[in-house]
Amino acid sequence: MAAELFFKSIAELGALLDTKTVSSAELTQAVIARTKAVEGRVKAFNSFDEADALAQASASDARRAAGQARGPLEGIPVGLKDVISVAGQPLTASSKMLANFVSPYDATVTTKLKGAGAVIWGRLNCDEFAMGSSTENSAFGPTANPWDLSRVPGGSSGGSSAALAAGETIAALGSDTGGSIRQPAALCGVVGLKPTYGLVSRYGLIAFASSLDQIGPFARTVEDAAIMLGAIAGHDPLDSTSFKADIPDYRAEVKRRQGPWRLGIPKEYFGAGLDPEVNAAVERAIAFYRAQGCEIKEVSLPHTQYCLDTYYIIATAEASSNLARYDGIRYGHRSKDAKDAVDIYFKSRAEGFGAEVKRRIILGTYVLSSGYYDAFYLRAQKVRTLIRQDFLNAYREVDALLTPTSPVPAFKLGEKSDPLALYLCDIYTIGVNLAGLPALSVPCGFTTGGLPIGLQLIGQPFAEANLLAMARAYEQAHDWHRQHPSL
Amino acid sequence: MTMSSAPDLDIDHVAKLARLALTTEEKAKFSQQLGDVLHHIEQLGKVDVTGVEPTAHAFPIVNVWANDVVRPGLTVEAALRNAPAQRDNMIVVPKVVE
Amino acid sequence: MNYEAVIGLEVHVQIKTNSKVFTRVAAGYGQPENTLTDPVVLALPGTLPVMNKAALDAIIKAGLLLGCEIAPVCKWDRKNYFYPDSPKNYQISQYDQPMCLGGSVEIELPGPARNVMGEHKRIPLTRIHLEEDVGKLNHFATESLVDYNRAGTPLMEIVSDPTMHSAEEAFAYLTSLRATMIYGGISDCDMEKGQLRCDANISIRPVGETKLGTKVELKNLNSISFVRDGIAHEIKRQLAVLERGGTLVQETRDYDGQTGTSQSLRSKEMAHDYRYFPDPDLMPVKVDEGWKDKLRAECPELSFPKQRRFAEAYALPYTLTSVLVWDKALADYFEEAVKLAGSGKAQAVGNWVVNDLLRELGTSHRALSDSKISPAHLAALVQLVDSGTVLTNAAKEIFVEMFATGETPGVIADRRGLRATATDAGELEQWCRDSIAANAKAVVEFKAGKDSAINAFKGPVMKAAKGKADPKLVDATLRRLLAAMG
Repeated sequence: MAAELFFKSIAELGALLDTKTVSSAELTQAVIARTKAVEGRVKAFNSFDEADALAQASASDARRAAGQARGPLEGIPVGLKDVISVAGQPLTASSKMLANFVSPYDATVTTKLKGAGAVIWGRLNCDEFAMGSSTENSAFGPTANPWDLSRVPGGSSGGSSAALAAGETIAALGSDTGGSIRQPAALCGVVGLKPTYGLVSRYGLIAFASSLDQIGPFARTVEDAAIMLGAIAGHDPLDSTSFKADIPDYRAEVKRRQGPWRLGIPKEYFGAGLDPEVNAAVERAIAFYRAQGCEIKEVSLPHTQYCLDTYYIIATAEASSNLARYDGIRYGHRSKDAKDAVDIYFKSRAEGFGAEVKRRIILGTYVLSSGYYDAFYLRAQKVRTLIRQDFLNAYREVDALLTPTSPVPAFKLGEKSDPLALYLCDIYTIGVNLAGLPALSVPCGFTTGGLPIGLQLIGQPFAEANLLAMARAYEQAHDWHRQHPSL
Repeated sequence: MTMSSAPDLDIDHVAKLARLALTTEEKAKFSQQLGDVLHHIEQLGKVDVTGVEPTAHAFPIVNVWANDVVRPGLTVEAALRNAPAQRDNMIVVPKVVE
Repeated sequence: MNYEAVIGLEVHVQIKTNSKVFTRVAAGYGQPENTLTDPVVLALPGTLPVMNKAALDAIIKAGLLLGCEIAPVCKWDRKNYFYPDSPKNYQISQYDQPMCLGGSVEIELPGPARNVMGEHKRIPLTRIHLEEDVGKLNHFATESLVDYNRAGTPLMEIVSDPTMHSAEEAFAYLTSLRATMIYGGISDCDMEKGQLRCDANISIRPVGETKLGTKVELKNLNSISFVRDGIAHEIKRQLAVLERGGTLVQETRDYDGQTGTSQSLRSKEMAHDYRYFPDPDLMPVKVDEGWKDKLRAECPELSFPKQRRFAEAYALPYTLTSVLVWDKALADYFEEAVKLAGSGKAQAVGNWVVNDLLRELGTSHRALSDSKISPAHLAALVQLVDSGTVLTNAAKEIFVEMFATGETPGVIADRRGLRATATDAGELEQWCRDSIAANAKAVVEFKAGKDSAINAFKGPVMKAAKGKADPKLVDATLRRLLAAMG
């Protein structure tokens, strides 16, 4: 059993830790051993600090021995996407620009996880500055999908989903700007939750697109996701966009809340480009909910076709400004060839950023430049209003929406080289970010080739407890979450 | 995808604004790829946005501030810990010509 | 052809707060390099701004003092440009929805003489917005060193309409604006510390023309007199160019106050395109009437209204009001002393403050706040003189000692024996008789019409009185006795 510790859920491990069947040190050691065994093939981590993790685990065991355990995350290893700051640890955003950067401060979510007793474990790979859908844009090389090492784990938080699926961590945090938590969760067969914009503090999260970014958990089970969300949610005075919402006991609520719910099926999410196996799995999930007595209703989100364009204007515009600080002056990569201060900018940024980051900076700079602002950025913000309105209209009739998370299962590494083709991977996830809504991906089966498929549930603002309860109802009736890749 | 190139995208000008030194190959490739994206984006022009307010924040709240109470900052050592070049407790850059 | 100059000023004023405008690390001047930073100031990855309520209060107050319309809602925009003193390579500022619109600054132009009030007028303002200051570059031969202590200090940009026509007007505008900011407790406006900085937009056009001429921006005007001199110099330069038959080019020029010359800043700088867009990290500010009312109640009376009130309520001459009102602390000091001394003594109090107190402060290089003479002590001294208890000369001595020791005038007068006790008319008359009797030669001269001969009798009288005789009384007594001698 000990060998399989790394595949257990937070809830299961909590029971073992509480009864002193295992210690946090033993659990952390098991996760480290597992990581060392498979990491050469999965490549989910940019770096990890074994000694630091074991020291945290010992401290956790000491707290527990002293009767000062801090809750369900006490002693549990949690991996962080390498865009979330941990004091004294590297923070690279998987970019050459920040290859040697060490952050002097904790992100608010890091502070909260530490406060909950978690063992902060490793720096997880991602697309550079979280820009991508495959983790192939990492300056340190791609991560492989543990279910098929020749395929991508999704992205941008591909390191988080892959590490969790491979048993290299017990839970993880990622960030989601256009699907970067939900899509890799779907492609790796784990649960991924993007909270309502403003529910989780962004302080200490490297910004990609500030009005869309949100940190959220990856977990093996819906209950674990609820535990993680409970630990990181809540108002933060250091993030002006953070919301003063009441934080329920998600774990308790998820178990307490039962259906039936009114569920909407947005017809625009089942069109061309949707893989038939993915479609079939999602249809089966819909059938399940109907069988449980849920009211299933087709709804329309008429501006769906404009989500991608709106997203790429807003996200790249904000990114072009957010990434201006990476200039080789105060920190980060500074070109050795620069002749003067202006040259430092041009050369350091040219050398420090990868192709996708450069592309998005160029696009974002262009859409904000003189003469184009109204036609692009301002117009996109207005269309964003319409997109958001679509969802709010739908919520007059239904409690949540059911859709595929990704139109396709995990694709081959290097298969999609055309930027636009990759952008299309996000078509079911980006509307949620534009509308600021909560959404999660829960495993809903496998393709005949053995690749995981994800079901997306999109909820009303700040209705995470409901969303998690709906997902758990499905999860409890299936055993997808008990399957693990063989590595 | 077509090989269209957005007629308006002056890649040299935009790269200059963004302080990115691009190679000739990058310029050609990005022009073509971003041309495709811009071509796709053109369809936004079809949306009727008359009278629609722009959304800057998904959940607009106002007057988010803190009181003027000082909190400790970084030590000089911590502030300069990641600096590529430093001297006399300051960041060194090649002479800035104003 | 006759030309007129058109001048607009862009003034940056640092707001005096404890912490920075978008993070709570301390703001300040004169600290060791890079000791006033935190992750937000340095724009480390992942950091976010949070507004400083005190900076918002200050700019709204500034707007109320200057009669601006306070925007019911304003937002924050990012001004994108790269420069090593700008940590984020964008500055958080306000683009199309500034906090304050309109308003004006009352100015006084130089009068025909120093003691005569000059013409008053109002210079209209375009807007005032809040932004963050940048760091400081220290230039050396081959490199520049960057100190980020100043970065993130709250900074107001106050933009005037281009309606001034002379260097004197610009000078008066800046003087008045500075006093207003200091009065409101908004900024100390020390130009040496960079707390107030000024750029001037200057153009000239034929008189009668309504279109603006080619604009030159003059930078680095780092003292109020440099502003005046720099603008005067630039107007002359532009006139000279046109008179030579040359054409003016739109440019930015750097004025060197030491040499009184300016030179064009070569515009190697790439074309500006600031790509303003709303900052997604900050929420808008909504200002309601309650907030404005609260701040309005804290707004002090400004210097010009105060000057008018002093002139009317206390019947003070311009020579006194023009000195008293520019420093709010001094004006408050004056009013406090007048309240204690009695309003009929305003002129006397004013004279003491303007002549004696300012002289002592000046020679001892002390600020009013360090003065040991309280308004109550000054009022007491004025009353001692008024009652004849202390004579004017003695009072001057007492004042100097009060300034040094902080004692009350009564204590000093007693210790030094400076009370005017020699008022026994009989005793004084006897000393006068003795003096006249002892100097027959002077009596002859006086009788012969040499009035100044009377002074020869005064010395012995004052000596006999040990200096405590009232000189006016001595003079009158001597004249009476001499006249009686027939």
